[in-house]
Amino acid sequence: MITDAPRIVTSRLGHSDSHTLERYLATGGYEGLRAALARPPAEIREEVDKASLLGRGGAGFPAGRKWSMLRPAEITYLVINGDESEPATFKDHLLIERDPHQVIEGTIIAAYALGVAQAFIFCRGEFALGLERLSQAVNEAYAHGALGRNIFGSGWSLDLVIHPGAGAYICGEETALLESLEGKRGFPRIKPPYFPAAIGLYGAPTVVNNIETMSNLPWIVRNGGAAFAALGQGSSTGTRLFALSGRVERPGWYELEMSKTTFADLIMDPSLGGGVKDGHDLKAFIPGGVSAPWFGPEHLSLGLDQDAVAKQGSMLGSGSVVVMDDTTCAVRAAWRITRFFYRESCGQCTPCREGSGWLEKILRRIEEGAGREADLDLLMDACDNIAPGVSWPPQQTTICVLGPSIPSSIASGIRMFRDEFLLHVKEGGCPMRDAR
Amino acid sequence: MAALTPENFERARAIVALYPKARSALIPLCHLAQSQDGWLTPEAMEDIAALVGVTPAEVRGTASFYDMLHTEPVGRHVIAVCTNIACMLGGAYELLEHAEEHLGIAVGQTTADGEFTIEEAECLAGCDTAPCVQVNHRFFGPLDAASFDALCERLRSGELGGDVPHHGTLCRVERAVGLLATEGERGGDER
Repeated sequence: MITDAPRIVTSRLGHSDSHTLERYLATGGYEGLRAALARPPAEIREEVDKASLLGRGGAGFPAGRKWSMLRPAEITYLVINGDESEPATFKDHLLIERDPHQVIEGTIIAAYALGVAQAFIFCRGEFALGLERLSQAVNEAYAHGALGRNIFGSGWSLDLVIHPGAGAYICGEETALLESLEGKRGFPRIKPPYFPAAIGLYGAPTVVNNIETMSNLPWIVRNGGAAFAALGQGSSTGTRLFALSGRVERPGWYELEMSKTTFADLIMDPSLGGGVKDGHDLKAFIPGGVSAPWFGPEHLSLGLDQDAVAKQGSMLGSGSVVVMDDTTCAVRAAWRITRFFYRESCGQCTPCREGSGWLEKILRRIEEGAGREADLDLLMDACDNIAPGVSWPPQQTTICVLGPSIPSSIASGIRMFRDEFLLHVKEGGCPMRDAR
Repeated sequence: MAALTPENFERARAIVALYPKARSALIPLCHLAQSQDGWLTPEAMEDIAALVGVTPAEVRGTASFYDMLHTEPVGRHVIAVCTNIACMLGGAYELLEHAEEHLGIAVGQTTADGEFTIEEAECLAGCDTAPCVQVNHRFFGPLDAASFDALCERLRSGELGGDVPHHGTLCRVERAVGLLATEGERGGDER
């Protein structure tokens, strides 16, 4: 790590048996829960508020504020979003497989703080090993007295169910996730209500939190919210688990102190990304999942900070950074990202369902050599129909944010590499094909 | 191809009991059916419909939304090659092209001997091992043409049996207990 911040969510990952109860108990496991149960739930909520823990799913909404919005009712639910599917994001996958007990302990702490009696972890279906590890850990947690009736003799009880997804990106959107958990197609729900905290699972007030968010809770309870908030700066507190991929020497996961580490550190430092692959030059990078507008080399010095990235017109999003180098074709990259959204659009809203298909077809023909010069304007016109003004953050025309996220990569690609798009049209195909 | 076996029917009942409303078990039961037959048979969909209180058409209509649920037969090994951005930058399309050539089938097809089906997958969250593939949802990567061919050989010989169970088998760890905290406080099924 570049700074001397502690590893909060990846402290066990050096051990090959990091997923076992034995290792977990030997390294402070379930002590956070024991400490939490000795205090009233309101105090746990205060600690999380003090930590200023931002949700780690992508939107970066403060976890404490989300909790405070839970409408009081006889039955409420906690649902953990482990449907990680944002392209190039693989941090929750790692935490589920390698430290499932930490996810579960965090979930139990959150359930206690919120006063719910049943919680669900929605785990992406493709994570077969993750599902097995989580299921094993839940069985162990029940046997250990950390789940079920009268947890650790506290008089408080909780049931936790592991729910497998079945392959649909859109189920990461929290209202689509709840629909899927109700046994339906993963169609996002019409807003308002904006938050499941008002109307969620089966119409009951529901908090939906991310896997990494939960993984931070045992540490926060053991060390205090103030210790967490002392890391990072401004609203970006604590550490974050970054997923680095693409044209880089050392792709992988890196837990880094927020704000105080930069994109240059992450991509170039020999102990982290180790620089662009094979000594090539950096062309562009995606700072936070493919829904985020691209950055160029001039943004390398920017801190890994939610507000700082937002100020520069993109987002830290899901914490996944994709590196493109001088062998990467910008048109092809924009096409592949658009193709993803086209395939994953749920089809409810016209701008997303039709617009994604238009954009995919136009980009494909430019890449394949059948593009026309007017296609660039056509692309931007279609983008404008999906998200008027093609601004950042995008204007909403649809039920969820999937559709309006589509123009971001195309618009930033055209803005940064207009000549390259035009060269495809002029030369009748991809000028970089031979470089691959 | 069949309806759920008596053992799986009992497993299905136990899964339904974990949810406040029975329909929530629909997708877990589809996975259970696929673990039995490798795909979602019409007979199993009828059983699932009865278990969760919807029509068979609603089961099919829900299942068809999801990439992992197959309402048509697939091969014993479903090879999903990720071609999304991180894998593409690592040569995924070249790998996919090779896979099609090596197995003599196109994406979406199954080899004549029923051994392999190829799918083009969206990001599988294995980007640090790009280009990556999943076989029956177990990860392999990074792969090139030679290691892909070797993988196919090991799958064909059954050498990876324990690591790669037949298609449809997702989680081999069964839940040890039912609901304890909310037991008796409210019913498991509102119907």
